[in-house]
Amino acid sequence: MMALDRTVSQAEALVDADEARIARRRRVEGVGKWLMPVIVLGLSIWGWDRLVVWNAIPHYILPSPGRVMQTLIKDWPILFDALLVTLQITFMALAVAVIGGVGLAILFTQSRWAEMSFYPFAVILQVTPVVSVAPLIFIYVENRTIGLLLCAWIVAFFPILANTTLGLNSADSNLRDLMRIYGARRWQTLRFLQLPSALPYFLSGLRIAGGLSLIGAIVAEYVAGTGGIGSGLAFRILEAGYRLNIPRMFAALILIAVSGVVIFAGLSILSHLCLRKWHESALKRE
Amino acid sequence: MTTNRPILPMGQRDRLLELQGVDKTFNGAVVALRRMNLTVNEGDFISLLGPSGCGKSTALRLIAGLARPTAGRILWSGGQGTGDLGVVFQEPTLMPWATVAQNVWLPFRLRGQSMAAVRGQIAEALDLVGLGAFPDAYPRELSGGMKMRVSIARALVTNPRLILMDEPFAALDEITRQKLNNDLLTLRGKIGCTVIFVTHSVFESVFLSDRVVVMAARPGRVIRELVVDAPYPRDLAYRTSPAYAAHCTVASEALAIAMEEAA
Ligand SMILES: Nc1ncnc2c1ncn2[C@@H]1O[C@H](COP(=O)(O)OP(=O)(O)O)[C@@H](O)[C@H]1O
Ligand SMILES: [Mg+2]
Repeated sequence: MMALDRTVSQAEALVDADEARIARRRRVEGVGKWLMPVIVLGLSIWGWDRLVVWNAIPHYILPSPGRVMQTLIKDWPILFDALLVTLQITFMALAVAVIGGVGLAILFTQSRWAEMSFYPFAVILQVTPVVSVAPLIFIYVENRTIGLLLCAWIVAFFPILANTTLGLNSADSNLRDLMRIYGARRWQTLRFLQLPSALPYFLSGLRIAGGLSLIGAIVAEYVAGTGGIGSGLAFRILEAGYRLNIPRMFAALILIAVSGVVIFAGLSILSHLCLRKWHESALKRE
Repeated sequence: MTTNRPILPMGQRDRLLELQGVDKTFNGAVVALRRMNLTVNEGDFISLLGPSGCGKSTALRLIAGLARPTAGRILWSGGQGTGDLGVVFQEPTLMPWATVAQNVWLPFRLRGQSMAAVRGQIAEALDLVGLGAFPDAYPRELSGGMKMRVSIARALVTNPRLILMDEPFAALDEITRQKLNNDLLTLRGKIGCTVIFVTHSVFESVFLSDRVVVMAARPGRVIRELVVDAPYPRDLAYRTSPAYAAHCTVASEALAIAMEEAA
């Protein structure tokens, strides 16, 4: 009891009421950031379950969350194969988007003529909804995988191109002057100044592109629609829809959502690891 | 880095650089500089003093070769090679993704020299600016004054014939600024470099330099040159001496005339 009193009074000596309140709020917010979404999710699932049970809704209209989970486990072999197919397209598209986006961005900053000539077409490609282009792509492109890849790439590459171009051009102008004074070659300015300056911009573009390539892959699958071997999640959703297998539709949907979240989280962690030493966005406020 | 040049008395110094009737007009309309003549000798510490917009930065950019004069010539005695020039800007202008040592390495790296080959020179430059203990720190971990020291280390690491400084301490607090002024003079005493220092502070120019070039705006031009003949090393005793006060008075009057002529 005595010891406890002493620590309290010591703490009071160092931390005034205002500071204590700020510290308490920070602690509560730290916990709340994780706890609140979990509570809301739990409540929603519970509400969903009650809705189904109390209204006796048949499962071919709205399955209960428990039934969706059962389906997810029961159909796991089918769904997991489909997931792998979709993820394969997603990551290949993302990889090609990175190569294409960064490559074009570098070309654009090296040659204003190239930028003037091609940038408008990159914008046109971006603003045209991929659903409207996809059917044509599948007419002209024989190979289904390449067709899917092309669709997903069209959706995903623009944020990388736009962000990286912005990043390459936003290198500090005094540092550029310094490079000129020291007689740096073009590739040296690119390698030692522009690419590092562009890294945070590129990474934020990459995070957006990760989500978009998943969307692109799914949309392309819907349009491609062909079945058989190598069918992805979108095809499984369509197929389940024709058979009124609503629980499986939900199960596939959950897999897509979880994949999207995992991709975003993974890319966020990658971004943090790349920038934590120096970039403002990755620094803790004291 | 190790070749230390002695600073000869004024009048005995070899010519390093000459601006002959240099004009600079931007967009065919803004006359940033008109008929600027300036001879820079080895070992000179020249301050360009003037109100903002009088072409001080433009003069430095022309000397650095970042812009071409509209008319006139800039002649280097014995030609100019890479590494002859070090530059310090108003901001520290460090690469935030690189450590202190890597930032100082930049001029060597661009010449294809590996870190291992020049580690000694980098350490020496960092010692000179008092940052020998921080080669692996990132710029964000340093205070404003320390960042500026890194910038100075980078400018002098190649042992340049001329160092250009464009209001390098203007953004720092008064105490840090005085400390850096003192340290800059010590440094210059050690390595004997030639400096052109842009400032709009009369006190700073008179404390640091042996030649003060007073400039006026619209059009940017030189209106007067003062010689500050107080001997180096200069310290607190000089800062509080009557001679310092007298030079400051003369420089202030010249600056007042510069302001009037512009208005
Ligand atoms: N790149 C530029 N284009 C057009 N005008 C410029 C440029 N650089 C400087 N100026 C003009 O030249 C004049 C002198 O500028 P500057 O050399 O920066 O002055 P100081 O450094 O003495 O403040 C100013 O009127 C400024 O607006
Ligand atoms: Mg200026």
